[in-house]
Amino acid sequence: MSEQHIASAFDRDLEAIQAHIMKMGGLVEAAIMNSARSLETRDEELAQQVRQGDKAIDALEELINEETARLIALRAPTASDLRLVLSVLKVSANLERIGDYSKNIAKRTTVLASGGDINGSAAALRRMAREVERMLRDALDAYIQRDAELAAEVIDRDEEVDQMYNGLFRELLTFMAEDPRNISSCMHLHFIAKNIERMGDHVTAIAEQVVYFVTGERPTEARPKADITSQSA
Amino acid sequence: MMNQMTNVERSVDSKNIKIAANNVQVYYGDTHAIKDVNVEIEDKTVTAFIGPSGCGKSTFLRCLNRMNDTIDICRVQGDILLDGEDIYDKRVDPVQLRAKVGMVFQKPNPFPKSIYDNVAYGPRIHGLAKNKAELDEIVEKSLRRAAIWDEVKDRLDAPGTGLSGGQQQRLCIARAVATEPEVLLMDEPCSALDPIATAQVEELIDELRSRYSVVIVTHSMQQAARVSQKTAFFHLGNLVEFGETGQIFTNPVDPRTESYITGRIG
Repeated sequence: MSEQHIASAFDRDLEAIQAHIMKMGGLVEAAIMNSARSLETRDEELAQQVRQGDKAIDALEELINEETARLIALRAPTASDLRLVLSVLKVSANLERIGDYSKNIAKRTTVLASGGDINGSAAALRRMAREVERMLRDALDAYIQRDAELAAEVIDRDEEVDQMYNGLFRELLTFMAEDPRNISSCMHLHFIAKNIERMGDHVTAIAEQVVYFVTGERPTEARPKADITSQSA
Repeated sequence: MMNQMTNVERSVDSKNIKIAANNVQVYYGDTHAIKDVNVEIEDKTVTAFIGPSGCGKSTFLRCLNRMNDTIDICRVQGDILLDGEDIYDKRVDPVQLRAKVGMVFQKPNPFPKSIYDNVAYGPRIHGLAKNKAELDEIVEKSLRRAAIWDEVKDRLDAPGTGLSGGQQQRLCIARAVATEPEVLLMDEPCSALDPIATAQVEELIDELRSRYSVVIVTHSMQQAARVSQKTAFFHLGNLVEFGETGQIFTNPVDPRTESYITGRIG
């Protein structure tokens, strides 16, 4: 809604909460990229930064929860205002989870730094993380622009991330079968791949919130599911 | 989803149409106050009319029991059917109609009589009681139904005007239900009441719904959201949107409804 509320303080409250979401989104985008880069370049310092940075993300989520509760109590939002407030809560929860996955990747970076990279899989993980980060950026853009079409496109793109994960899963299985000494590294790499794949799911959930907030309807089509690793032996 | 509220208290008990308005136009002299309103009000349902001042919601409410007949310059066109019968038919006696379609006003307006006589007045003029015992019974039942019996049972001879504002309003509701109406119209029934008395009246409205069709005009959107199952939004004499209350307050269809209920300049 471009129109202003008669109570201008209501507008300021809503804007403040959305500004927190954007700040949180920026921190999470950086966390995704930095965790993947630290993995590829064996940069323990950068990994440490990601782990430390998660505290700021968590604090922002707390702040958003508090301010949202306050806004609901004081302003009793309705219609698109209500949908905005509800979506803010869910978007911040999803961002917080993505931040946790980044932190988890950064933790494994340290472990992997001692072992060897397996056949360039760190680069593949970075490409996957790059795609998730782009999806997140578009989802947040869609949120700010009130663009349900862009959000729907983001939802569709999760399929690509799932397929990248499937490829990595098979690859890592092969490496482990080839040489049992690879198992430890491959397990870590697999967890990282799974974390990134889960990030994609959370980005999708954010995009779904955008569709709901903008249109008032939940996305109708079933989400594309391309993670088929649970079906293979 | 959001639009299909499954809460028990929100389920509409009946799909029977109690009042059907077709192409209703109201004019005050040259002013076109109600423009082609079509609406179906269900039985055993609370329907809220909301909208800015002067939007026609009270005018339309007053059409439903022909209160506008008392205003000389007011003309009503179109059909308003109560149980399928045109209430503006020449053969309909407005006094009988208003016994069937009761009304509660913004300011509590008890008669300057005793609490007992306030409630007994309607049943007496409509001859609903054969003797004093029956009348006593009607008075007690009505006061109980209006959730005020316990507060006044020991002082039924005291003047109704001596009660507190919230009590007076519940006394007026008791007076309205004493004639066994089928529809209860309420025009801002809580605007002169404090939050506690408001909550009591709202609780009462919810109980009355099991027996009557209730139509309430309110400026409090939160009240409309709390008490009603259906909400109608009026703007400049038009019925802009009519729908399930949960839908109106989470995902209204018309941008004018959205602007109004979210507190924006429409």
